[in-house]
Amino acid sequence: MTAQRSRDGALEHLKREGRIVVVGASLAGLRAAETMREKGFAGSLTMIGDEPYEPYDRPPLSKQVLLGNAVAQHTALPRRRAIDADWRLGVPATGLDMAARRVRLGNGDEVEYDRLLIATGVRARPWPNEEEGALQGVFVLRTRDDGEGLQRALAAGPRRVLVIGAGFTGSEIASACRERGFDVTVAERGSAPLVGALGGVIGEVAAEMHRENGVDLRTGVMVTRLEGDPAGRVRAAHLSDGSTIEADVVVVSLGAQRNTEWLTGSGLGAGPRGIACDAGCRAFDIRGIVTDDIYVAGDVARSPHALFGYQFLSLEHWGNAVAQADTAAHNMLSESADRRPHLWVPAFWSSQFGVNIKSVGVPPMGTELLVMQGSLTERRFVAVYGYQGRVIAAVTFDNCRWLPFYEHQIETTAPFPPPFTTVDRRPEGNKPVPADFPDPSIPSHGPTITLSGYSPADRKMTFTPARH
Amino acid sequence: MTQAILREIVDYANRADPYPLYEELRKTPVSHDGDGPYVVSTYYEIQSLLHDPRISSDAKNLKATGDDPLGQGEEEGSTLPPSFLKLDPPDHDRLRRMTNRPFGPPHTPRRVHDMREELGGLVSGLIDGIATTGNLDRVDLVDQFAYPFPVSVICRLLGVPHEDEPRFHVWAETLAASLDPDPDADPTQHGKGAMDARMELGMYLAGLIEERRKNPGDDMLSQLATADGPDGSMTTMEVLSTSALLLIAGHETTVNLITNGMLTLLRHPDVLQRLREDPALSVPIVEELLRYEPPVQLLPQRSTLTEIEVAGVTIPKGASLWLILASGNRDPKRFENPDRFDPDRKDIQHLGLGSGIHSCFGAPLARQEAQLALSELARRLENPQLLEDPPPYRQNAVLRGPRHLPVSCDGIRP
Ligand SMILES: Cc1cc2nc3c(=O)[nH]c(=O)nc-3n(C[C@H](O)[C@H](O)[C@H](O)COP(=O)(O)OP(=O)(O)OC[C@H]3O[C@@H](n4cnc5c(N)ncnc54)[C@H](O)[C@@H]3O)c2cc1C
Repeated sequence: MTAQRSRDGALEHLKREGRIVVVGASLAGLRAAETMREKGFAGSLTMIGDEPYEPYDRPPLSKQVLLGNAVAQHTALPRRRAIDADWRLGVPATGLDMAARRVRLGNGDEVEYDRLLIATGVRARPWPNEEEGALQGVFVLRTRDDGEGLQRALAAGPRRVLVIGAGFTGSEIASACRERGFDVTVAERGSAPLVGALGGVIGEVAAEMHRENGVDLRTGVMVTRLEGDPAGRVRAAHLSDGSTIEADVVVVSLGAQRNTEWLTGSGLGAGPRGIACDAGCRAFDIRGIVTDDIYVAGDVARSPHALFGYQFLSLEHWGNAVAQADTAAHNMLSESADRRPHLWVPAFWSSQFGVNIKSVGVPPMGTELLVMQGSLTERRFVAVYGYQGRVIAAVTFDNCRWLPFYEHQIETTAPFPPPFTTVDRRPEGNKPVPADFPDPSIPSHGPTITLSGYSPADRKMTFTPARH
Repeated sequence: MTQAILREIVDYANRADPYPLYEELRKTPVSHDGDGPYVVSTYYEIQSLLHDPRISSDAKNLKATGDDPLGQGEEEGSTLPPSFLKLDPPDHDRLRRMTNRPFGPPHTPRRVHDMREELGGLVSGLIDGIATTGNLDRVDLVDQFAYPFPVSVICRLLGVPHEDEPRFHVWAETLAASLDPDPDADPTQHGKGAMDARMELGMYLAGLIEERRKNPGDDMLSQLATADGPDGSMTTMEVLSTSALLLIAGHETTVNLITNGMLTLLRHPDVLQRLREDPALSVPIVEELLRYEPPVQLLPQRSTLTEIEVAGVTIPKGASLWLILASGNRDPKRFENPDRFDPDRKDIQHLGLGSGIHSCFGAPLARQEAQLALSELARRLENPQLLEDPPPYRQNAVLRGPRHLPVSCDGIRP
């Protein structure tokens, strides 16, 4: 066998009878598996998931499900095609032996792979005090079980719901609860809802939205303690400003933690910030060397994006999981010259208080903001974020049809402030204002995009500087 | 010199098959000569311009209108304010939103769906009518079916009393004809007829609105006239121009969609046969028709608010843009085998209903009307044959479709 033939042969062999293992049987895992089959992978495919359910969709959990318009059990992801996999559901992966190419499972089994895809996502950050977090009536919202439990608690008609943390998920929960007529208090450590994701200017708009819809919004405060009654049900929460809120349902919505603990000691570059990988979704080991058989996709991945100065982006976005899974699957079955980079422009949507919010690009990189169309007070607008003289992101409130244009502006590094006028330009769109992101050295909850920076050019860790 | 491109597009000689001309046009994605409009003919360029906030739909932003042969709009010479079709945000958004409240989601998610039975009844009635005329050797599918159907639908939707429908048909026909630049007609007569019709229609609608304000029903006119939502309420003039828009835009386009559809199916008997056996196929068929033979061929009413660059061409501020949707729909850079009518295409996309904030308001209704009409015609006409190919077309290059569609058939199935 010549070298050439064996190289070709290796890929052919992999496609024909190789073993591919996917850990994390949710959105990214399922989409990757479907793509692999589509690309002619005929070998064995093992899907490992610690949840006992078939892959399901999470965004409805904080929207339709809480509104009572859908049930958590019925959000299974639509299948694009049959994947003919060996499903190992309800059992976690607990370890990885990179040298032996083996995944260890919680039930003692071991599964060998030729290629491994890690798509273990993130989990809700729990309430820091375990005892308080275990009180009846205290919830987080990440899984189908969480959604079911919360839905049940809401169906019982709580007197007051307390939402801790006003990021996207917290705000959506508050919105759904208001729509159902419950009294809602939202406690947020930052100065406004969504500040981490969209900055203070837009945060103010969001704050108005909460208040106008009857949310008792408390900003700049922390919940210091949850208090239960003798039966172990949550009864009240104590706040850092000395006040107390009586609530029988408390939803802890403090962002997410990456599911990487199972990789501790494996030698893979996995930690609390996710699993670093290259633009082609190949994971790094702890020495910073890229692996050739381990790929990463979805919320758990952290990958450099050429368009944003090669910053490593961790994106907890539905669309990112789908696109990255597709790229990973393609690359897993391709010769190196045929591999593709994951060049997805970050995009996110949310719906709350009847408003459709969408963003493209990386808003937290923005230092300035300009309202290009519409008006903040009408809560119908397009605003763009500027960073070092270029457009880096855009957000729309009830105005998403224009978004493709702004996405193109971001992709082509168009200048900021944009030198042209647009339809529906108002006086407030004449001058950029500071986007007003909180100083990253002051902790604030709920960012959906966390940026951190290894630049491939200097390989030094640089913290994102203060915004003011 | 200016108008060489325009003249070709408007030239009746190209009406039956404008696609070779479009193919020629696409060699230059943005064509321009003299001081005529900038003509954009490729898919991706059109698609991005439809989402470009530097492009206006408000005629006020045109530097010089020139003698644009297709520029005469629906409101020409009338006292009605422009409909939201010809407005930019925020006015456009407000009016469209208010119009949408009684029409579609989120506030009225079931309106179009719930009309299905009524539409079915209209379709059956018209086809029964064809059967009773007796002469199946020559049926004009336009006059006997595709034309009366959408007008009846819009009447029901707006809440025009049944006994007034005949008058509505006449106005609709006159106004539609006025959008049809007829080189042989005496221009003053032509224009005057339209003005009169518009005036009469306006007065009729005004009376109806008055009545509905006192006695609201659950028709759209009542809801437009009495709405008092977060956007406030519409002025009488706004209700008038909106309902006139719904009448014209909602009907002339659907006529052509159905007629172009039947013509295409008659040219593709295998697909017609499949549709006869499976009415559900009408869904992808209508989508593919919107790509392959869109009833709105081009959008001649956009202008630039600022200098912009498109496909390497710098278009100055205040320039007029023509977006040739039908050409974009056959762009080989976007579609494999674009000149092939193929309802089995995966993921059928098109510019047939526009895109962006002005994307067709009536799309859900138009789709439903066309799906029902085509599947019922396919099911009930026995052995239909095209009598003239190509059939005689309307003059209009914008709202393109056959004026008559003569067919013969062996019988009408019950
Ligand atoms: C309530 C809610 C609302 C959302 N709304 C939006 C929205 O509006 N827009 C948007 O863009 N995004 C939204 N998202 C985010 C979106 O759902 C995620 O980006 C997406 O689910 C990521 O997919 P993933 O496959 O990477 O991760 P996940 O969906 O988190 O899947 C990871 C899976 O791996 C499993 N797992 C973890 N560790 C192990 C292990 N050791 N062994 C085996 N299995 C393991 C997990 O249990 C999980 O099932 C929302 C998320 C939530 C929770």
